[in-house]
Amino acid sequence: MSENDTTTEANTAESDDGRDGNDGNDAEPAFEAAAYADGTVTYPPHPVGPNGAERVGSVDLRDREARVVTWTTSTATPPGVREPNTLAIVEFELDEGDGPPVRALGQVAADPDDPDGGTYDVAIGDRVEPVYADELREPGAGIREPESQSWDGFRFRPVE
Amino acid sequence: MQRVAIIGASMTRFGQRDAWVRELLAEAGQAALADAGVAGDDLDHLYVSNMASGEFEGQTGVPNALAHDLAAQPAYTARIDQTSSSGGAGVYAAWQSVASGASDLTMLVGGEKMTHRSTAEATDVIASLTHPVEYKHGVTLPSFAGLTARLYLDTYDAPRESLGKVAVKNHRNGVDNPHAQFRKEVDLETVLDSPVVADPLRLYDFCPITDGSAALVFCPESVAAEYVPEDEYAVISGIGGATDTHVVHERADPTTMGGVVDSSATAYEMAGIGPDDVDVAELHDMFTILEFLQSEDLGFFEKGEGWRAVEAGVTDRDGDLPINTSGGLKSKGHPLGASGVAQVYEIVKQVTGDAGPRQVDADTGLACNVGGFGNCVTTAILEGSQ
Repeated sequence: MSENDTTTEANTAESDDGRDGNDGNDAEPAFEAAAYADGTVTYPPHPVGPNGAERVGSVDLRDREARVVTWTTSTATPPGVREPNTLAIVEFELDEGDGPPVRALGQVAADPDDPDGGTYDVAIGDRVEPVYADELREPGAGIREPESQSWDGFRFRPVE
Repeated sequence: MQRVAIIGASMTRFGQRDAWVRELLAEAGQAALADAGVAGDDLDHLYVSNMASGEFEGQTGVPNALAHDLAAQPAYTARIDQTSSSGGAGVYAAWQSVASGASDLTMLVGGEKMTHRSTAEATDVIASLTHPVEYKHGVTLPSFAGLTARLYLDTYDAPRESLGKVAVKNHRNGVDNPHAQFRKEVDLETVLDSPVVADPLRLYDFCPITDGSAALVFCPESVAAEYVPEDEYAVISGIGGATDTHVVHERADPTTMGGVVDSSATAYEMAGIGPDDVDVAELHDMFTILEFLQSEDLGFFEKGEGWRAVEAGVTDRDGDLPINTSGGLKSKGHPLGASGVAQVYEIVKQVTGDAGPRQVDADTGLACNVGGFGNCVTTAILEGSQ
């Protein structure tokens, strides 16, 4: 399954007040990681696992919590990207039977209580959860062909 | 497999240049041919290391263009693209061509023209190497550096100032490099007070955007003395190349560059030496944090100890292991396809005793060229011929 296969008929655009996502909307796409025959799990999915094992299924990370491994705020962003852009690498601890921990990288979500429209503050070790956004950067503003990939995905916000 | 010598070396001035990529390549190529005492039509193979002349300038087909400009027909030509490590990959290809016997005389020219683009545009061209799940979040190479620097400082209890000292050292070295983009010392306060680019990294933790070119001429060691005096050529005693994951966050330890570990292991084995035998090194300090990671993953220092070596002055020009005597990418500049070639240029100068005011006591030198954020890496070990 390719990255594009997860970009189905999402109707979960950012709300008018600038908040990311829409809690409880079952129509949003899966946050799909791939599971392989040797028990490994990766995000994003690849044709084979890190040890060459065949893919045997998927793990949806959407409703799981993760831990911040590290983060940065980038102030020199490319065309079509919000500025500044706070990013985090996070690690999901999967349930027993689902597989070993799996990491993802993504934007930190906007804090609706920030009058300046800034993102949530995060720190190494913080617990976060995914929140869906239908457009992470402006397709076509940068060098990448807009039709070559999806532009929606999951940001992260602290678990309250 | 034949041992391979480097009998000619050149580099243009790095910085903001009026010349376009074709002219930059020809400038370095002509100078390297002259340094080796050969002509374009003596070449069997001609390689060009370049990441993105099509994207930056709308000029593709640069190897053929260069061959014509240097009257090198009918030499076999090819473009080598391995993103920021295109230069190192070109050194590998040129070495292969001679070591295998396919070519008796090969020239490699690396070059890039970038400064006509805005910082945002150039950053996006480079970031286009990332996976779609990274690119759509606006990930850039500088943001990878910020993510990794924060984790490194936290994991190894290193002070922020230690990263700044890499910039101070490499700017100090660049003062004596006539080809460097910046020939100006900076103090630690200036580095630490510069604008944030990717927190915790600041402007002076990053290399500039640069135009420039560098070139090397290769032949079998067995005939090198027929071209140049014995004390004027260097020998590639070991070389290796390796890749790590495309998706950076999938690495088990984000502070370890597997491609550096693997490529250097191959190079050390071929050369029959270990990291303790290296006298001088050029590392890919596109960001200050990368000098720590490479110095550890090459085996110069224990994991998490690279910052202490910088603090102690071990990597200064007069230290036990000088690193980036050229000024590194940080001060010299980083014209993508040229950088790996220019690293080897500096090591050739060092091991042949021709580095002028930058000269250190070196029989054996190492160049480590990194593409992406450690995605592709080449490591080359050179020795003087005497």
